[in-house]
Amino acid sequence: MATQATLPKATAAKFRARARDWPQIRAAYGFISLWIVGFLVFTLGPMIVSLVLSFTDYNSIGTAKNVGFANYRELFQDPKVAHALSNTLVYVIIYVPTAMAVALGLAMVLNRVGRASGFFRTVFYLPVMTPTVAVGALFLLLLNGQQGLLNRTLDLVGINGPNWTTDTHWVKPGLAITMLWGVGGMVVIYLAALRQVPKELYEAVELDGAGSWARFRHVTIPMISGSLFFTMIVQTIAALQMFDQAYTMFFGAQQNSTYSNEAALFYVIYLFQQAFQFLHMGYASALAWLLFLITMVITAVQVRVSRRYVYYEGEKH
Amino acid sequence: MVSRRRFLAGSIGALALASTNACGGVGAKSNGGGNKVGGGVLSTQGFGKPDDVGQARIDAFKSAYPKVELRLNEGDFDPQQFLSAVSSGNAPDLVYLDRDLVGSYAAQGVIQPLDDRIASAGIDTGTYRKAALDEVTIGGKIYGVPEFYSTRNILVNGKALDEAGLALSDLSTTDWDKLHTTAVKLYKAGGRKISRIGFDPKLPEFLPLWAKANGADLVNPDGSPNLDDARIVEALTYALSLIDEQGGWSRFKAFRDTWDLFGSGNQFVKDQAGAFPWEGWYINVLVQASPKVDLRSILFTDRHGKPISFENGSAWCLPKGAGNPEAAVNWMKVMTSTDTWLRAGAARQATVEKNKTMFTGLWTANTDADVKVKAKYVKGGQTGFQQAVEHYYASTEYAFAVTGSKAGSEIKSAWQEAVNRALSGQQKPGAAMKQAQAEASKAFEAAK
Repeated sequence: MATQATLPKATAAKFRARARDWPQIRAAYGFISLWIVGFLVFTLGPMIVSLVLSFTDYNSIGTAKNVGFANYRELFQDPKVAHALSNTLVYVIIYVPTAMAVALGLAMVLNRVGRASGFFRTVFYLPVMTPTVAVGALFLLLLNGQQGLLNRTLDLVGINGPNWTTDTHWVKPGLAITMLWGVGGMVVIYLAALRQVPKELYEAVELDGAGSWARFRHVTIPMISGSLFFTMIVQTIAALQMFDQAYTMFFGAQQNSTYSNEAALFYVIYLFQQAFQFLHMGYASALAWLLFLITMVITAVQVRVSRRYVYYEGEKH
Repeated sequence: MVSRRRFLAGSIGALALASTNACGGVGAKSNGGGNKVGGGVLSTQGFGKPDDVGQARIDAFKSAYPKVELRLNEGDFDPQQFLSAVSSGNAPDLVYLDRDLVGSYAAQGVIQPLDDRIASAGIDTGTYRKAALDEVTIGGKIYGVPEFYSTRNILVNGKALDEAGLALSDLSTTDWDKLHTTAVKLYKAGGRKISRIGFDPKLPEFLPLWAKANGADLVNPDGSPNLDDARIVEALTYALSLIDEQGGWSRFKAFRDTWDLFGSGNQFVKDQAGAFPWEGWYINVLVQASPKVDLRSILFTDRHGKPISFENGSAWCLPKGAGNPEAAVNWMKVMTSTDTWLRAGAARQATVEKNKTMFTGLWTANTDADVKVKAKYVKGGQTGFQQAVEHYYASTEYAFAVTGSKAGSEIKSAWQEAVNRALSGQQKPGAAMKQAQAEASKAFEAAK
């Protein structure tokens, strides 16, 4: 074969391997093709459109007028952008570590339950299925500072609970508590990771006299660090896009519709207001792209830092 | 080969914009209804789920235009859904929204002026209340046909009043010092828990009423904002002082959120409220939920003792790109005509008789309809409920509206957020309203 004769041996071997795998590759592309089409049409397409719109003055009805970087300059002069961003980042800092700790705690409990763990796993996951708007409405009642269930419970142990939904200092912690309702997804991921930790490792450190905290610190955490890292990234991105529950509780058509607590003005809520309340679609697009950039920077930092702490079993070191 | 870490980092980028770009909407294009005068399809958005009054009026339209196929989208007005439909060329034929949104949508070209169509359909705009018509008139053009007309008076818990040894006149908003004392007397709390709010000034939503009581309007006649007027700041400062004396905003609001407003365990039944200004429709809720409560009422007055009230309501508008404008305007005419309101009154009377309650009034933007419905179905009398109904009818005669503006949404948002900042203690009333004025002025200049 002339081709093989002119190609280096390694390249020829690659081609042969690829030809051998071709049916599998074709099947794989077949399976993901629908997702690719969906991604192009519903994510990448709108992203490109919004990038174009971010350089225009567009009210979503008339003609888009090119304004260059005016929308981006406005981002730095609009005090509400900084306010909304600050609210969002504070919320991320409160929520993400709390949610990870709660989910890990629940997963560790489940890991010890044994036979009934399947039942409890379902129970923990069920709240994830609850519509987010319903969760928001429910927690408005549970977190009510005067008669809510949470403060009544705290009363039993002599703690005067704060007004979670009306005191500006407690609005973001209250929302973080609300969002814990949906940690079931993380619990399932952590449980799967915990089950993968080799028992021999625990036995080895026990022989060395390690206690429960040392086992957790030096075996469990490193061995599930990949899952921890994954959930941290995903939860950070989700928290940066906080919208449904906060909008329902403080900006929606409920009794709070006119009490839009500025402590709950998250970035995406402000973006939504600009787009659909004030019809500034061009400016809203610029807001979306700023969030995208911020998200990418935060993610890049997290990825960079993770190199020191995350252990991947199949990776060469 | 791509490592797990790289794959993860790469794929994460795609996640970031997904939610912010995934805002869609539902269109309601009327297929082929365009040129069929008196027929075709008529689609609406924002009308909600009709009650007996709404259904009677829909039936009136069906009787008048049997060839029109109605497609009523039963959800409440959703700006995202509506704007998506209009921008995608899939506009409904009609949209039903709050009148205070009309100015901004008109300025953006989302809804069409109706003057010519109103004239050709023979709609007599003289039948509509001036305040309502002013709200939908932007730059001299009419952009909507007004429908309901909701005014505010003060509703009072008679039991609480008697218990505190007070008279209705003590709740008059003419003498602010006296009202302050009354509020404190009616207020009840044990430790950090409030058990009764004495007087709720209903902030932020009723700021226009308190401002008017002090002689100022939030929006000037030309549509420009007037939010940092010293009289408005004074009114806000006073209303805030009422709340501060009753536990402070944080506790006050949390307690108010626990009221079962629409249920049989409402704030009157549970003695959780002393008095508060409220819209007239609430009488109909109370008469069904708790007909035996000792309800009393008093007119809201300015500081000179002159009765004032603040009105708002809904309007029917024609979106840009509506496919069947002839049927849409016919709908507006039928839905707001005197005959149709009388039909609605009859339907409500039937409901009242069935439930063995009382007719609590229909307050519409059509003066003639209100007079006739009241004469036919409202029974005068001296009970608290009957007097409250009379008071709401009285206030329709002098109620004002916040002037319509091309930046109406932005102005409203600016003053509401300012009041919220003042309520939560983030800013003093003066600073909050000054910031609101700057924000609203910027939006007004941009909308010009």
